[in-house]
Amino acid sequence: MASLRDIKGRITSTKKTKQITKAMQMVSASKLNRAEQNAKKFVPYSEKIQEVVASIAQGGGDASHPMLEARDVKKTGYLVITSDRGLAGAFNSSVLRKVYQQIRSNHTSAEEYTLITIGRIGRDFFRKRNMPVDMDITGISDQPDFSDIKDIASDTVQLYTDERIDQLYIYYNHYVSAITQEVTEKKILPLTDLNKEGKASQSSYEYEPNQEEILEVLLPQYAESLIYGALLDSKASEHAARMTAMKSATDNADDLIGDLTLSYNRARQAAITQEITEIVGGAAALE
Amino acid sequence: MSTLTVSVVTPDGPVLEDAFEMVSCKAESGELGILPGHIPMVAPLTISAVRLKGEGRSDRIAVSGGFLEVRPDKVTILAQSAEKPADIDIDRARMAKERAERRLQDKQADIDFQRAEMALKRALNRLNVYENNF
Repeated sequence: MASLRDIKGRITSTKKTKQITKAMQMVSASKLNRAEQNAKKFVPYSEKIQEVVASIAQGGGDASHPMLEARDVKKTGYLVITSDRGLAGAFNSSVLRKVYQQIRSNHTSAEEYTLITIGRIGRDFFRKRNMPVDMDITGISDQPDFSDIKDIASDTVQLYTDERIDQLYIYYNHYVSAITQEVTEKKILPLTDLNKEGKASQSSYEYEPNQEEILEVLLPQYAESLIYGALLDSKASEHAARMTAMKSATDNADDLIGDLTLSYNRARQAAITQEITEIVGGAAALE
Repeated sequence: MSTLTVSVVTPDGPVLEDAFEMVSCKAESGELGILPGHIPMVAPLTISAVRLKGEGRSDRIAVSGGFLEVRPDKVTILAQSAEKPADIDIDRARMAKERAERRLQDKQADIDFQRAEMALKRALNRLNVYENNF
């Protein structure tokens, strides 16, 4: 049996770990709150832009744009959103596993795809496996602004415009609730299923100067806004996942402390009993 | 006098929502003035100031990467960034202007001219909107 001192040491260190996980849980809870608000603030913009894009795409039969038309796929882009830090349960690993399997089953050589990563964990994962990471961004704040990812979003859309990739998928954790996050795969480019998404707007618009030029401006912005929306969603999921992970760590620490305290008391009692027996034995020997 | 509801929306949240009598802005095809009862219209905006006129007051907003959606009684401006004069970070805008100017003057081959030019436009736009307010 471990000595009293050993057990006491383990109890103290478990208590300290618990303090940390508990603090991280509370920090994540408040960050989750803010992330949810950010995601909510983005809703009016995304709804509006979707409405306008859908109404142009539906209304005008003659409007066409490279982003609206599927072309032969020679190279696929995968945009993967992970976090910069770990300790968030299965948050990163589930999204990475999904992308990895997808790439393994769809592509035979590294020529056929390229990766764009947001977040350090994703970048390191693919670099380590010698997979082509075309662009990456790390160190995005917990409350991201649109300007934080504007560059990488527009560069990604540019890859498609320059025909360096022929389709673009995005992978991220969709925030369902504080305890559930779902790995989501979404096709961003080409925007072929526009007509299904979004409600049709009632009014038909006058276009100034014309539909094509508006699509020219609007579609890249729309694609960028989709990426930003996914990032906000992923941030909320990250904090939720971390909160849940830290909560179960705190609970586990509680269990462990309970068990250790029990064995500490047992050991203490055994030691006392032993001492008494020794004293009694010693006294009996003197008589 | 009849009014228009103007709302300015960015990915970071709504910037403004209020009733005004007239909206004037600079679209890619030229200056546009919008009064209540305008036919529905969509137009992309340049990096510029949007001027809003209401009862004896007026507002300016610096927009970039935006477009305008007009309904008879409502104008929505969707922009990647939109700032009222009071929200503009003037030091940042000045620094951005200097940086962009330096880049354009250096004329090195490895810089993205288009990007530097856009940055300069955005910075100048912010400075103009800010200073007109004095």
